[in-house]
Amino acid sequence: MLRDLTIGQYYPVESVIHRLDPRTKFLGTIIFIVALFLFKTFWGFLLAGGFIVSIIALAKLPPKYVLKGMRPIIFLLLFMMIFNLLLTPGEVIGEWWIFSVTKEGIYSALFMGLRLIMLVLGSSIMTYTTTPNNLTSGMESVFGFLKVFKVPVHELAMMVSIALRFIPILMEETNKIMKAQQARGADFETGGPIKRAKALIPILVPLFVSAFRRAGELAEAMEARCYHGGDGRTKMKPLKYHKRDLVAYLVLVGIVVGEIFIP
Amino acid sequence: MSLILDKINYYYGKGTAFETAALKNISLTIPDGEFIGLIGHTGSGKSTLIQHMNGLIKADSGSIYFNGQDIYDKDFKMTELRRKVGLVFQYPEHQLFEATVIKDVLYGPTNMGLDKLKAEVLAYGSLRAVGISEDLLDASPFELSGGQKRRVAIAGILAMNPEILILDEPTAGLDPMGRFEILNLLKAIHEAKGITVILVSHSMEDVAEFAERLIVIDDGEIKYDDEPRKVFAHAEDLRKMGLEVPQCTELMGRLADRGLDVDRNCLTIDEAVESILNGNRRK
Ligand SMILES: Nc1ncnc2c1ncn2[C@@H]1O[C@H](COP(=O)(O)OP(=O)(O)OP(=O)(O)O)[C@@H](O)[C@H]1O
Ligand SMILES: [Mg+2]
Repeated sequence: MLRDLTIGQYYPVESVIHRLDPRTKFLGTIIFIVALFLFKTFWGFLLAGGFIVSIIALAKLPPKYVLKGMRPIIFLLLFMMIFNLLLTPGEVIGEWWIFSVTKEGIYSALFMGLRLIMLVLGSSIMTYTTTPNNLTSGMESVFGFLKVFKVPVHELAMMVSIALRFIPILMEETNKIMKAQQARGADFETGGPIKRAKALIPILVPLFVSAFRRAGELAEAMEARCYHGGDGRTKMKPLKYHKRDLVAYLVLVGIVVGEIFIP
Repeated sequence: MSLILDKINYYYGKGTAFETAALKNISLTIPDGEFIGLIGHTGSGKSTLIQHMNGLIKADSGSIYFNGQDIYDKDFKMTELRRKVGLVFQYPEHQLFEATVIKDVLYGPTNMGLDKLKAEVLAYGSLRAVGISEDLLDASPFELSGGQKRRVAIAGILAMNPEILILDEPTAGLDPMGRFEILNLLKAIHEAKGITVILVSHSMEDVAEFAERLIVIDDGEIKYDDEPRKVFAHAEDLRKMGLEVPQCTELMGRLADRGLDVDRNCLTIDEAVESILNGNRRK
């Protein structure tokens, strides 16, 4: 059930995309998102779409898995598309009750939808192909310049990485506690909203207790290994750019240039 | 009254890249009043199997009959099964949530829809059975020691008055004393109430001493289902599955290999002592 939530979960296979430097993937995702907002025609869409499909293929991600990860945004997507469709002024081509559909509305809904899909696809490819550890050390390095402004970049990155690491653990824990309470006759499915909210207490209390216990244990373990924050801390595996990263940046620049100049 | 599993198959992550077969063609009959040990290496499918027995996991194929009724039938009452087949999870103390011990134990019986008085009778009775003294009843469960928490959690299941009591490694993480107490407690409950007990364990000593029947599961399949003595006679096979025989059995086996006149099928220290003394006397 909860386990079926695939969005953002690392998918362990060997591929060029997996091996790319996390900084490349992080900056690349940002560049790609910018490029997404440049195109205005079908050809531009084709370029971006072709790019994303080839990346998915290169990363050896099963299309089914990727599509399943899109499920959570379906509602947002429909919502946005319908609003765009109905509320864009322009050349009216159909009317029904108080709504009117315009040619511009159709275009705008279509392109908004496609952009959103590709935006989510693009960023989830990054998380599918990068381990949480790499992702955060990539972010730490990309945002490293903020240290000049006294932003605790390392600490923030560490927090993000711990949070990411804990998501699957807490999900599993929730699952386990739910089952344990079901074994004691708990019923989460029937009854009105108040009864259902009350039924959550036997899950939430143990979940919080366990989260705090884990946090405490982790803090102790980190302290026992003399962790004291970012200053002077070196990495076991420092990030290093390779030739493939250069190729990736060149391809991305190509995409941006393409999106700007395609009619 | 019995629980019958018929050709159960179960896969985790069905239809994804992570699909693993957790149970393969499991058939079992669990009659009334037995004390059964369920052993297997880490990841062999023990926890998965016992969650089928009270319907928390639905098999991908196969059927389960409780007292002759198919539990996957549309009109079968799953809540009734959950009550009659009490399942104590691994580290059950992690499920405690109420403000006081007694309230936590009352959670199960109350969910069953019993009136307050009946529920309290059951709750007090089961707390006494697990050896929690009266003065702890109004304490917060989070203030108790690890062993006490576990007893409270077991009492929480016992208070639903189950006909079959299943425990997933109830002695994990306890000291030898705590282990001994919990196991004796199970034995006492088993004898006093005549309920079926299924004990999942990593410890061969525990099951050798307490179980009348031993089910060995390996990689989702049942390898042995017999009296402990007969199962432990297959020491070599068990070792291949990452399991050991009880240390006593191991020792006696080696002594017998060296030509001593002892019984190599001893399961407990007492039996081993007896057998060694007898061997001496015969000389
Ligand atoms: N929630 C889950 N999702 C996916 N796979 C799982 C899940 N739970 C268990 N498995 C897999 O199913 C198999 C059986 O697991 P199970 O928990 O039943 O083993 P076990 O015998 O109880 O082990 P242990 O002695 O460690 O408790 C293992 O290979 C495990 O990796
Ligand atoms: Mg287990």
